[in-house]
Amino acid sequence: MPWYVEVLRAVAGTIIIFSGVAIVAAMFGVLLERKVSGWIQSRIGPTHVGPRGLLQTVADTIKLLQKEHIVPRNADALIFASAVVLVPLAALLDYVVLPFGTTRWGPLIFRDLNIGVLYFAATSSLIVVGILMAGWGSNNKYALLGGLRSAAQMVSYEIPIGLVLITIALLAGSLSTVTIVTMQAHLWFIVTQPISFLIFLAAATAEVNRTPFDLVEAESELVAGYFSEYTGMRFALFQLGEYAEMFAMAALAVTLFLGGWRGPVLPSVVWFLIKLYALVFVFMWVRWTFPRFRVDQLLNFSWKVLIPLALLNLVGTAYVVMVVQR
Amino acid sequence: MTGEAIAFYVLAAITLAAGAVVATSPNLMHSAVALIPALLGVTGLYVLLNAEFVAGIQVLIYAGGITVLILFVIMLTEGGTGLRIRQRNEQAAIAAAVAAATVALLIAVAGRTPWAHEPGALPSYTPGAIGQSFLGPNLPLFEGTSVVLLVALVGALLIARKETGE
Repeated sequence: MPWYVEVLRAVAGTIIIFSGVAIVAAMFGVLLERKVSGWIQSRIGPTHVGPRGLLQTVADTIKLLQKEHIVPRNADALIFASAVVLVPLAALLDYVVLPFGTTRWGPLIFRDLNIGVLYFAATSSLIVVGILMAGWGSNNKYALLGGLRSAAQMVSYEIPIGLVLITIALLAGSLSTVTIVTMQAHLWFIVTQPISFLIFLAAATAEVNRTPFDLVEAESELVAGYFSEYTGMRFALFQLGEYAEMFAMAALAVTLFLGGWRGPVLPSVVWFLIKLYALVFVFMWVRWTFPRFRVDQLLNFSWKVLIPLALLNLVGTAYVVMVVQR
Repeated sequence: MTGEAIAFYVLAAITLAAGAVVATSPNLMHSAVALIPALLGVTGLYVLLNAEFVAGIQVLIYAGGITVLILFVIMLTEGGTGLRIRQRNEQAAIAAAVAAATVALLIAVAGRTPWAHEPGALPSYTPGAIGQSFLGPNLPLFEGTSVVLLVALVGALLIARKETGE
């Protein structure tokens, strides 16, 4: 294939990922979040715009698009503006290796990289750079505190996620996401690796900064954390990045543990979406049920519980795969 | 010009431009942030060389790990942020001479080295081959590196730990 066709394909892929994520994850995700929180708190949630409030987020997006961009006077304008690009970009890059389903011509995926899960870990680790840049560039103490908390938290929780990824790669014998799904044809990895699944869910919740790990943007202490100073569409882009990352984490959990797109009768993409939204619902359920951790509890939980547990699990799995099953 | 050559020059330009910002910016924070495009440019070069695994590790460790560490340290250090730091002193001329001599030496060496013109054979699954190499022929080196890192970790803990009692 000539190189300019490759470039065009990449541009088209970017547009598809961006619009797909913006609609499926960000717009519908925010609406779902508000409806679920309303349901859990015995409220109704948004009802006015569109049938049963379905168009509420569309209206919100149009409103945010029209708003003025405000840059604080003492902010570092360059870093302030580039952080907005980095966070959603890093989140969107995750979607390159996620298999959404399968067709007659092969799995529905942008690129089945042979380093799939490593690629996912690498791109999602870039988000924290954007958050730090936003926190520092705003020149606001709440934003800076949010940025620093986020760095400590995300660096700590990347380790258990990495260990879980290695465990699953060991079981599947490959880093490719498609191969991992194929290896679950008979038995989902959640059956053989329930501890890994729980570690992954907990660490993923922390990685996307959601309650009970939302110290980064704790409203009652830090206004909105690292994006306190952002207005209009820039604020919306941070929200997009956050929801895109949450959906990407849920989609990775589906791929690693719940058999990916596999399921009877229904088309593969539908199965994938059912599993995806089930996990997203779990994230929302947890968010509106649990109170927030303290910083020391949060870091202790990762370093003293999750990481030793994930290491033990990895050693045990390696023993079973390399010694018992040989 | 092939697409590969264009990609190489674009990536090299990104890496060099970002590197120049890292070295010359008077703002410590800007220097640290400019490391990210520099490291990502190098990642692109790895991808061009079909070394996907090394590229992934490069992003994970350098762009996502080391840079965050540097930013974290700068933010926690009082006086490191927001200041305009002078990047040159009275020894600039000597430094420039040494740098020019180094560049001349490197170019001379690179020009005289008989480079292999045939591409090497690539294993079908690079992560596996890298793992075999780490735990096979290069095991002593690998273990030696991990011992050095462990010593650094313990040393950092010893220095950072507050003395109790007394």
